[in-house]
Amino acid sequence: MAFFFQELVNGLTTGALYALVALGFSMVYGVLKLLNFAHGDLYMVGAYVGFFVIQWFGGATSLSIPVPLLLVIMFALAAGLVGGLGVAIERFAYRPLRDAPRIAPLITAIGISFFLESAALLLFGAQYRVYNTPDFINAHSGITIGSVTINSVQILVLVMGLILMVGLQQLVNWTKLGRQMRAVAADREAAEMLGVNVNFTIALTFFLGSALAGVAGVMAGLLFNQVTSTIGFIAGLKAFTAAVVGGIGSIPGAMLGGLLIGLAESFVTGYLSSTYSNLLVFGLLIAVMLVRPSGLLGQAQLQKV
Amino acid sequence: MSDPVLELDRLSLSFGGLRALSELDLGVGEREIVSLIGPNGAGKSTVFNVITGVYEPSSGDVRFAGRSIAGLAPHRVARLGIGRTFQSLRLFLNMSVIENVMAATYGNTKAMPWESVLRLPRARREEREVRALAEDVLSFFGQRLAGYRWEQPAYSLSYANRRRLEIARALATSPRLLLLDEPAAGMNPAETHEVTELISRLRDERGVSILVIEHDMHVVDSCSNRVVALDHGVKIAEGGFDRVAAHPAVVEAYLGKDPGALSDGG
Repeated sequence: MAFFFQELVNGLTTGALYALVALGFSMVYGVLKLLNFAHGDLYMVGAYVGFFVIQWFGGATSLSIPVPLLLVIMFALAAGLVGGLGVAIERFAYRPLRDAPRIAPLITAIGISFFLESAALLLFGAQYRVYNTPDFINAHSGITIGSVTINSVQILVLVMGLILMVGLQQLVNWTKLGRQMRAVAADREAAEMLGVNVNFTIALTFFLGSALAGVAGVMAGLLFNQVTSTIGFIAGLKAFTAAVVGGIGSIPGAMLGGLLIGLAESFVTGYLSSTYSNLLVFGLLIAVMLVRPSGLLGQAQLQKV
Repeated sequence: MSDPVLELDRLSLSFGGLRALSELDLGVGEREIVSLIGPNGAGKSTVFNVITGVYEPSSGDVRFAGRSIAGLAPHRVARLGIGRTFQSLRLFLNMSVIENVMAATYGNTKAMPWESVLRLPRARREEREVRALAEDVLSFFGQRLAGYRWEQPAYSLSYANRRRLEIARALATSPRLLLLDEPAAGMNPAETHEVTELISRLRDERGVSILVIEHDMHVVDSCSNRVVALDHGVKIAEGGFDRVAAHPAVVEAYLGKDPGALSDGG
């Protein structure tokens, strides 16, 4: 039983991480109906940002600043820089194609993904960069209930993930920006003619979604330790799966999908073998699509009268 | 006519070789209701799209309250005080009734995104004001969009109520000029009558000037101060309803040359 709960905790942690990436994916799809395949690579950039922050302050073993401050700087910088990168990508790669047939920005998104991956390879090299998290966050600290341990990094990821998800949900449901985002998602032209600054709203959506991916990248660095230029590909694919399983365009759906995939992965790895984890994740996608094509929490497309 | 709210000055618009509007002059005065009529494809909705900034005129000018607005982005035009509805309904169907109205009310608020995320005082105050304005606008429609419907999703409304909600949403932008695109389309005679009254009330109680596209001649007759007829993007008649409706060019545009031939059975 302890093993079960341990896997549950592990699954929720990676699930929270997938959910954060899936949220950005889903938000961008919501406002632009664009599958942003470069989204996973923003997560990779976030992981690198975290790594370089650690190096900047003396490296994992000889930090020149307290660990909490380091974490704040890592997350803030990753959110800001990756958010900005997302806005720049929208401005220069997607906006010129906004009225083009939908296949054009889709191909562009794949191109941007390759561009980011290659740029990271060129700038940072092919070798794995290692966070060495245990050198500055004690791997044995945390909460132990019976024989189940939730270590400090997992607590950090779970708590931050929860705060960000609740915050985003509040933002989308109850604020000016959220209502304008939903208006743009529903009918961009109508929203514009009712005084909504569509370009600004779309840019902000990209900023928020990308910043979440950046934060998730730092979390991944802390959790899994290793960063390289290709980690974005599979993360992006899983986030996409999470978004689709939950119902693309739906924010609670992205969260649910992310958690489900994290849990599925963790249990399969724990009880069977990690060999089968991807098989199961994408099997799950196919199963959900067969039963509910619009995703678990997705709304069937409304017919316009 | 006193200082016009809206003034189209020799307005022309071409798409490639197709001339959608040519040399169109049109004015809407303070608290005036002007109807735009004409057969399908005459360019009526195109006029709306040029005014609201969807299309930039090929030549000529659009002036609103004395200021040229030709080529301004649609959201800027809306914020200056021009609200519109759409011929094919374009509500935000998954949002609630009141949110549809609120989304249109934010145009002139100042709170920045982080302020609304953190619920800082200015954002909260604006949120209250926006909600109050939305409630005020909805209550203008009385029982039709009564309080118990406000939290329902827009897709749950009946067709006629969707049309009303579109007008409410346009009204939420605090416009000086309303552009109504076929507000009575698809409505039954009782609902049509109600829309006619509504249009007059919008002018009398809300003080807005109105440019309305309408095919229902009862509506046009009973609420317009002036009627402008278009055909092939050209103004063919202007004046009171009776005069325009009887104008030979208008009759020809709708029925073709020699309508007398119809009654001869030929």
